[in-house]
Amino acid sequence: MRLGSTDDLRALRRELAARPGPKRRLWVCGGPGCLASGAQEVFRAVEEACRAQGLGGASGLRADLSGCLGLCERGPLAEVEPEGWLYGGLRPEDAGELVSETLIGGRFVERLAADPGCREKDSSPFYLPQKRHVMARFGRARPGSLEDYLATGGYGALELALSELGPEETFRRVERSGLRGRGGGGFPAGRKWRALKESGGGTRYLIANGDEGDPGAFMNRALMEGDPLSVIEGMTLGAYALGAGRGFIYVRHEYPLSVERLRAAAAAAEGAGLLGADILGRGFDFRLAIVEGGGAFVCGESTALTASIEGREGQPRVKYVRTTEAGLWERPTLLQNVESWANVPQIVANGPEWFRRTGSEANPGTKVFSLVGKVRRTGLVEVPLGTTVGALVNGAGGGVPRGRSFKAVQSGGPSGGCLPESALDLPLDFDALAEAGAMMGSGGLIVMDDLSCLVDTARYFTGFLCEESCGKCAPCREGLPALRDVLTDLTEGRGRPGDSAFLESQARLLAATALCGLGKSAANPVLSTLRHFREEYMEHEEGYCRAGRCRGMYLPEVDGDLCRACGACQKACPASAIEGERKEKRRVLPERCETCGACLAACPFEAVKARRPKKGAPDARRA
Amino acid sequence: MAGPDLSALPEILESRPADPSELLPLLTMIQGRWRHLPQEALRAVAARLSLPLARVFAVASFYRSLSFQPKGERLVQVCCGTACHLKGARAVAASLEKSLAVRMGATREDGRVTLESVNCVGACALAPVVMLDGTVHGKVSGPGAAGLRL
Repeated sequence: MRLGSTDDLRALRRELAARPGPKRRLWVCGGPGCLASGAQEVFRAVEEACRAQGLGGASGLRADLSGCLGLCERGPLAEVEPEGWLYGGLRPEDAGELVSETLIGGRFVERLAADPGCREKDSSPFYLPQKRHVMARFGRARPGSLEDYLATGGYGALELALSELGPEETFRRVERSGLRGRGGGGFPAGRKWRALKESGGGTRYLIANGDEGDPGAFMNRALMEGDPLSVIEGMTLGAYALGAGRGFIYVRHEYPLSVERLRAAAAAAEGAGLLGADILGRGFDFRLAIVEGGGAFVCGESTALTASIEGREGQPRVKYVRTTEAGLWERPTLLQNVESWANVPQIVANGPEWFRRTGSEANPGTKVFSLVGKVRRTGLVEVPLGTTVGALVNGAGGGVPRGRSFKAVQSGGPSGGCLPESALDLPLDFDALAEAGAMMGSGGLIVMDDLSCLVDTARYFTGFLCEESCGKCAPCREGLPALRDVLTDLTEGRGRPGDSAFLESQARLLAATALCGLGKSAANPVLSTLRHFREEYMEHEEGYCRAGRCRGMYLPEVDGDLCRACGACQKACPASAIEGERKEKRRVLPERCETCGACLAACPFEAVKARRPKKGAPDARRA
Repeated sequence: MAGPDLSALPEILESRPADPSELLPLLTMIQGRWRHLPQEALRAVAARLSLPLARVFAVASFYRSLSFQPKGERLVQVCCGTACHLKGARAVAASLEKSLAVRMGATREDGRVTLESVNCVGACALAPVVMLDGTVHGKVSGPGAAGLRL
């Protein structure tokens, strides 16, 4: 049905909101994590079980796929509405019980609890610090369903903007909200919006950046797949407020499902008269295209991204001129991360004061983080900005698993930084992270334990950035491989005195001279690890890796006081280099050891230590 | 060796407007259809979009998802994102190299399978992960990776 006016929209929204929902609904999580652990198969089995039980329209009982429910670690997940129960680790075989016991019987199945001891999702420590604004529809509305979007408040902002606010007040609401760019830089959205508004007449473009290239981050993917219409409505509001006629959502090549969901959602919105030509009969046009990237990390940079949309190589240019003055096809262009756009409908609908009530003065609102790495509960969390790193890592995440100890948390993607234990008290906001030498980035938080080597981590990120460097400017093209080679030497036992100092000076040069933002920040992995973990670099210069990660650069040794003779290390050792009978404390045979690290990881009591190899011992230097 | 059968090419070219901004979408479709970019197809794209062949070649060689050499019938991608790296992606890659008898970044001689790395598929909570023809498999252990059925 095509809506011809804001009155039509209002009537339809009211009708859908008033329509009674199902009596009980099983939401099987269709988020990126759960899909990877087999949610589709679980959902198919649940659907079959529903059919077998004759459930359907009139029964008021149903099952649907939802957006990301968050606790990916325990996936595939399912949430029960209205009880709020959370199930996890589901297998297709569980479908019968889920349907007969829970959906029909209304009883909780203890053995399928996602977080043991917690029935309701909201009682789990994983969800306690969370405030879900951007992710509010995950588990409340079917992803991309226009009907569900409208029934849950969707397009209320557009209705309000078109019928009451007008373009100027719509713009003012966003400007006064204090929203900062969710893609990482934290640039005030209002300043960008104003710059576009005040740019010369003629064609203006809007872009949503969904080129989520940071490894370790998947919040944009979850958003584009879980609530694509919120991004589309946000952009439509921007188009109305700023007089832009065309928009693009640039999606990473690796996210085919995001492209599919966005295209379907855009088509539905267009069919209903909420997108495209003559929106709601108001004579206002906004044409939106979903563009698929080509698998280049650098395309997340704004000028590279616009080049890619134009059909050229995704290489950045020097920003003498801002994108808001001359961006896509040299026209004024407003580019924001998809999460920034998804915040816009709520800001316009509820007002800037409402938005500012969450988060802190300079960092209002919420931010979605992906919490991964060495924590007990990994997944997607949305918290008010200013929540401490510790509240996420130890609260939501449940801390580092199996008695290992926390070493560092990496934020901001490959060009972010690694922060030490003292950072646990740090508030997660744009300014505090930048000051500590890291950055918000798109919101990836990767936790590392004592078995993670920070020099190896710096080598990993630098290697990643080498591959992804577009090659346009020399500091990045030549400087990164120079850093990588020294880091590789350090992690392979060929370190020399002075390597750390060399790394530091080269990294500073890179940060000072690279052409684009990605190049400048490409020095961060080296600089932040040097700043907080310099002693590990010094040890690597001497051929020692305390984390027991770099091969040939340590010797495992069983600490007799801590060993409980469980034999886990012995079982894990692929080289039969650990001896000891049952109930006997174990010993390492250095001449057989291949320093693979399996014993260190296997010991539940931290009894296997990575000792400094003896000088000149040839075995210890074997790579 | 005869070139690939390109009879489906005109239909692909005409499915999109003849605008330079369609270059990457067209190349992506061609890559999807033939698992590489045949030279003849590059020429046809240049003609269709009225672009110099050099420009088409520049874009074709820039993006990682496009290739001039045919990819294998099956595509195995080892995620080398941060979370996967921390949780042993290197061991997964090594065990796949052994079990599939092909080196990382290469296509096996019989053309059956390509093994390559991918920088994060956004399933970090299930690290380490492997993508098989676009389907993500989570929590793949080093030796377990060899058991992925092809």
